Amino acid sequence: MEKLAELTRLDGISGNEHIVREYIKQNLAGESLEHYTDSIGNLIVKGKSSGASDLKVMLAAHMDEVGLMITYITEDGKLKFSTVGGMDSRILIGQHVRVGDKKIPGVIGYKSIHIQDRAERESAVKLKNLYIDIAAKDKENAQELVNTGDYAAFASEPVFFGEERIKAKALDDRAGCLVIMELLKEVWPFELYGCFTVQEEVGLRGATVAANRVRPDVGIVLETTTCADVPEVKEHEVSTVMGAGPSLSFADRTSIGDRDLLDHFIKTSQKEGIPFQWKRTTAGGNDAGKIQTSGTGVKTLTVSIPCRYIHSPVSVLDLKDLRNMLNLVGKALHTLPQALGR
Amino acid sequence: MNTGTLIEQLCDINAPTGYEHLAAEKLKEYFEPLCDKAYIDPFYNVIGYKKGTSPNSKSVMITAHYDQIGMIVSGYEKGGFLRISNLGGIDTKALMAREVIVHGREDVFGVIGAKPPHLLTAKETEKNLKITGLFIDTGYSDDVLKKKVSIGDSVTIVSPVVEMENKCVSGRSLDNRAGVATLVLILNELQTIKHANDIYVVATVQEETSLLGASISSYTLNPDLAVVIDVCHGDMPDADKSQCFTLNKGVPIGIGPAFHQDYTKALFDVAKKERIATQRSIEPSDPGTEALATQVSRLGIPTVAVSIPLRYMHTGAELISLSDVESVATLVARYIAGELDVTVGQNLI
Repeated sequence: MEKLAELTRLDGISGNEHIVREYIKQNLAGESLEHYTDSIGNLIVKGKSSGASDLKVMLAAHMDEVGLMITYITEDGKLKFSTVGGMDSRILIGQHVRVGDKKIPGVIGYKSIHIQDRAERESAVKLKNLYIDIAAKDKENAQELVNTGDYAAFASEPVFFGEERIKAKALDDRAGCLVIMELLKEVWPFELYGCFTVQEEVGLRGATVAANRVRPDVGIVLETTTCADVPEVKEHEVSTVMGAGPSLSFADRTSIGDRDLLDHFIKTSQKEGIPFQWKRTTAGGNDAGKIQTSGTGVKTLTVSIPCRYIHSPVSVLDLKDLRNMLNLVGKALHTLPQALGR
Repeated sequence: MNTGTLIEQLCDINAPTGYEHLAAEKLKEYFEPLCDKAYIDPFYNVIGYKKGTSPNSKSVMITAHYDQIGMIVSGYEKGGFLRISNLGGIDTKALMAREVIVHGREDVFGVIGAKPPHLLTAKETEKNLKITGLFIDTGYSDDVLKKKVSIGDSVTIVSPVVEMENKCVSGRSLDNRAGVATLVLILNELQTIKHANDIYVVATVQEETSLLGASISSYTLNPDLAVVIDVCHGDMPDADKSQCFTLNKGVPIGIGPAFHQDYTKALFDVAKKERIATQRSIEPSDPGTEALATQVSRLGIPTVAVSIPLRYMHTGAELISLSDVESVATLVARYIAGELDVTVGQNLI
């Protein structure tokens, strides 16, 4: 699991995934695996195959994470920013970030509580009123250190805590990347492509072109998903429960799970005694939406690890869920040709 | 030890207000090698005493509080969660998605969560959450958690001090470990300066809630002069300029009814002589620091105050300049080492 921690330490905000891509390339099981980086930045790795089946399977997990981008430098040397990917702006005040390739340390500021008036104390701060302070003396000094267009990532060190939990940034979707890296160690009865995609968080862009290149029969998206099994949330609003196994999505905003694949994964779960849960809400979307509708259509399924506080510097997942996901997907894939009559 | 390392170490110590017993011994270690005597009083004020050279020495007390804002465990929630209340004036805006340590039977790591954004109404997203809407996720099952954590245990934010550009640092508890650092730096300077007066440096408790430490220590030590060192608001672009002080532009010196006029004037004079830049920190009423307590202790203790500009107070991203800390220490050391020949009124009774 140290590898998961290492993956989250890397900064790879949408459009700037090269550090993650290089790490994955360096850590692929066996150097003999063929891989290709396409024009948008997807890393496509061809798995080992016995050639027993003519199926072509695409596994997808996105390398990019949510973060910030510098849009303007003020006269007093503070950095205005936009979010890259969806984020709750209420979590930003007081967070430490690192800006640009030089990783200049910064903090997201807002005036101290002592000098906020009553209305300010009671309301959330709008994104447009926040800024990053890198302790620059003035605009000129700031410009020596950073530039507009630089990315800023959360400075959040991974921590293992509680009973088998990890807290980190970017678990969405480095956890999925790790699962594919592990699956690429095996020999498959069919042609398998492990696709580490880019720009998922800004509109599923990498997966769109990766699917067009691979032209798979089956697409399995390995993701993390919202997990709101926490106080303040009503039971029917909870989409997944932490520790209850990987979730299968019957539908979300961008795709509907393929019935044959769902049946096969559920049967595998029962046969192997590996827990799974339904993702019980249809909110959110992921690469499956683009893979499913690519080419002449692809049978697609999303398998996700529940992730609390997702899209924040303190996202949390349960390592049991991660292990069960790896186990379930591995077992289900090995018997996939028989299940689909191929 | 350089100032940055000193501050990093001091900020790493956990002493939430009212829970200073967790830290007093550790702090004493910083004073001990630099003093004639270092001790901890029954309320966990940490005191360092250094004798002066003059037979008619006066006594000077320098205070900097070492308690930090924090939280307290107020209840359990099913699923390994804890509810919290505030210790001191914490800004809930800066609590979401933060890491914390619960100081239970053992230290327990957790993260602060709230109702997730996709389940909020538009109106709810515009509001700042009250602390009662937040919870700590510990990752433990309920029965295990109850063995480790009790209601009433304290909680601190995890946010180690990091170095930034231009000799600045940012992290938690710089309010007021930066002040405590100046006490150590002052003692350091006094190793080589001959000082006439008896010096007491006091790292005080419970400033964030009641000024308890300053009240007790000024009564007990009954000094001729109190020097209060605390942080003040640094320049933040969205804040009223009249309440803030620019970093690296001089030592803010308190001016107003809480501060003794003659001693304050003497302090400005020393700064001028030593070529240390100053700023005028105008406090027309409550200075918001321990000066409020020292000024009215016993028969009244003349008090002066200096401060360290700090941005984003009471968050995990407090930000200061190390040069400011060093300037404060140098100024105070030079000031108290000299003859304090201010005559304070005649005793008529």
